[in-house]
Formats: sequence, C-alpha cells, structure tokens
Amino acid sequence: MTQSLNYLKETASQTAGPYVHIGLAPGDAGFDIYAQELGRDIAGPNAKGQRITVTGMVTDGTGAPVKDVLIEIWQANAAGIYAGAGDVEEGFRGWGRVIPDFDTGKFTFETVKPGPVAGTEGRMAAPHLNLWLVARGINVGLNTRMYFDDETANASDPVLNLIEQAHRRDTLIAKGEANTYEFNISLQGENETVFLDV
Amino acid sequence: MTSPLYQRDREWHPPALAPDYKTSLGRSPKNALLSLEGSPSELTGPTFGHNDIDAIDNDLLRNYAKSGDPIGERIILHGRVLDENGRPVPNTLVEIWQANAGGRYRHKKDSYLAAIDPNFGGCGRTLTDENGYYTFRTVKPGAYPWRNWINSWRPAHIHFSVFGTAFAQRLITQMYFEGDPLIAKCPIVKSIPDQRAVDQLVAALDLNATIPLDSIAYKFDIILRGQRSTFFENRPEGN
Repeated sequence: MTQSLNYLKETASQTAGPYVHIGLAPGDAGFDIYAQELGRDIAGPNAKGQRITVTGMVTDGTGAPVKDVLIEIWQANAAGIYAGAGDVEEGFRGWGRVIPDFDTGKFTFETVKPGPVAGTEGRMAAPHLNLWLVARGINVGLNTRMYFDDETANASDPVLNLIEQAHRRDTLIAKGEANTYEFNISLQGENETVFLDV
Repeated sequence: MTSPLYQRDREWHPPALAPDYKTSLGRSPKNALLSLEGSPSELTGPTFGHNDIDAIDNDLLRNYAKSGDPIGERIILHGRVLDENGRPVPNTLVEIWQANAGGRYRHKKDSYLAAIDPNFGGCGRTLTDENGYYTFRTVKPGAYPWRNWINSWRPAHIHFSVFGTAFAQRLITQMYFEGDPLIAKCPIVKSIPDQRAVDQLVAALDLNATIPLDSIAYKFDIILRGQRSTFFENRPEGN
C-alpha cells in the first residue's frame, strides 16, 4: 500500500443534447427569459482591427448539416491579447456563442480578426480563433481552431505544423474574400476537421 | 492566465463513439485528436461578473413565473465547483437547463406530448461565490422518452455548463438524481466506461440542506481540470 494522492477526478462530460439552446441561448430556443444573453457580441463596439464576418456549416459523417450545434468562440484582439491576460478595448470579451439557422444549418458571426498570439515553446502562433463545439451526439465538446488563408504566418504555426498529414491542415484554414471568411467543419468523413485535445 | 492543466483523462470521459447512443455514430470524429501542450489560447478563458446576470437568474421557480409557481417537486440544488486539486473555483459561471416536471422542454423543437408549464422556463445561471459554492432553486425534472431505441427513456437530469478560468477547462455534463432506476438503463449515461465516473454524476439527496415544509435538496459538486505546479520547469523561452 502507498499513501493516497487525494486528487479529485474531473467530472465526466455528457452530451449537451438537442436542447442546449434552452440553457445557453434561450432566445434561439424560442423564449425570452434573461435581461441579457451572453456571448452575442464577441468583439464589442470598441475593438480595433479588421471587422470580419465568418460563415459556414458543421456537417456530420453523412454530409448532412448539424443544425443543433452550438459553437463557442474564444479569441485574442487585433493586438494578440486575450481578455483577462492584458489590456484590451473596453467591451472586448473575445468570447461568443454561435448557433446556426435551424432550417439550413448555416451559421454566420461577426468579430474582429485576431492578431498573432504566443504559442507553445515560445513560438508565435498565427492568428486564429479557438472553437468549441457541443451538440447532440457529441459526448465530449470538440476543440478546434480556425486560421485565415491570407496569413503567411500559417506556414510556421506550431499547431498546424504538428498535424502529420499535411493535407489535413487545410481543414483548419478559412477561405477569405474581402472581409468575409468561409469555414466549414466536418465532424467525420473524408474531409474530417482536425480536432484538438487541449 | 492559468498554469498548465492536468491532462484530461480520456478513459474517464465517454469516447466520441458510443454505438448504443445512436447519434454519436455519425457525429464522432474517426481520426485521433491532436494532443497539444497548453498555450495562451487554451489557458486563458472568458470571465463573467455580476453585471452579466441578474440575481433572479438562479431561481427557476420565479425566473419565468407568469401567473404562479411552476408545477412539480420543489428542489434546492447546491454544491461546489472545485478543481482536481480540491481547490474551490470562485466567481465562475454555472448555467443549467432542464425539462419541466412532466419531462417537456420549452424548446420549439421539442414536441413531446407532456404539457408546457406556463410558469417554467427551464434555465438558470449563477456565479460561484468566493468558496466555489452555487445554489439553484427549481423543480425536479421528469423523465421523458427519446428516439434512440423505440422505448428509450432519459433518467431525470439537469444539464450543467461550467467555465473555470481556462478555455480548456470548459465542461458540459448532466446531473442525475439519487435512486433513479433509469440511470442504469440510459445509453447516454452508459457511454461513460467507468462506473465511478457515473456515480460522480449522481446528486445525493441532502436532507441537511432541505428547507423543512418547503423544498427538498440535492447536492452536486463539479470538478474541473486541475492546474499543474510549474516549479523546476525548463523554460526554453528563458524567463
């Protein structure tokens, strides 16, 4: 016998289920209850930098849209600073919740393009959004990142370079035109998005 | 920014693919997750304050009441948010959602024949106090049928969403009630391979916390990933 280490175990995850909107975005479930819903405005009115729109769709292994998904975004501001880790513009939280159209499965959100941030091993990470997906059928929330196709820093990004199959890196890179980027997420199948154990 | 976190124990959590939970078949990635050491992107996270919520938000008996109290068994739901080191997680946002006493969700996509309760919304939120405590008041949700097998019933449960201080601590789970015979039959519960991890999701009846002649109480603690000590570490970046 040895001494007990006495660590607690992390509570196990369970799926968010089909009605996650009731708890996290009740307006989308069809009723108003809170004076303010959280996560509606990622960047706030005072954020500096390029204002962008991101559109896309989450699809399942059959290619069908995942209409009940909820995505959380976490990002730095245009100077590469995360809220809470340094000075950011007033009203900049860098966090938001994105819900697709229940009929089409297409999502759209607006934010500012983040700057490069410190990555692992003292290397800089290319600008990216951190995403966390929950839905019915997803047992543990899925983490991934969205990079931008017009950033040369992608070539030296520590996380993109960690992806052994080079062609799969493209699954994390949004395609931009003017200020609009398209980013699709595939949960399973031929173009399955790279998901992260963070 | 939070210190690096203990690795998430993927053998404790349910796997992405749990075939008896049918919806997981088409929504589970087939490729391995890419394991990362923590960087600021994962070790920072959003924080919330009392300006973000209202005091009534944690009282589900009142936060949607229109003409009286909701129908159902009145319960106090309380507990602490701790990390794996046993330290309280203060001032963190806890959000819950649930069906009403009849097992019906107030969601435009829920068409179960049990009645909507005009006085019950089914969601609440609160911040933990400086010692990691939270409290909700609500009604006990009903069990309800769902299309997995044709005769599948979810045990009574309340969904929990918790933040912590790092985006990599983000957690959504479900809380069950002590003594419910449906727990052992549920394919969503059984997606968790370790019975001890299931037991950790079952709130205990807590008679000490009941309000006599008013509300019965259940206690449910939530554990988030713990932070590593960073003594004696190599610092290649030179600090």
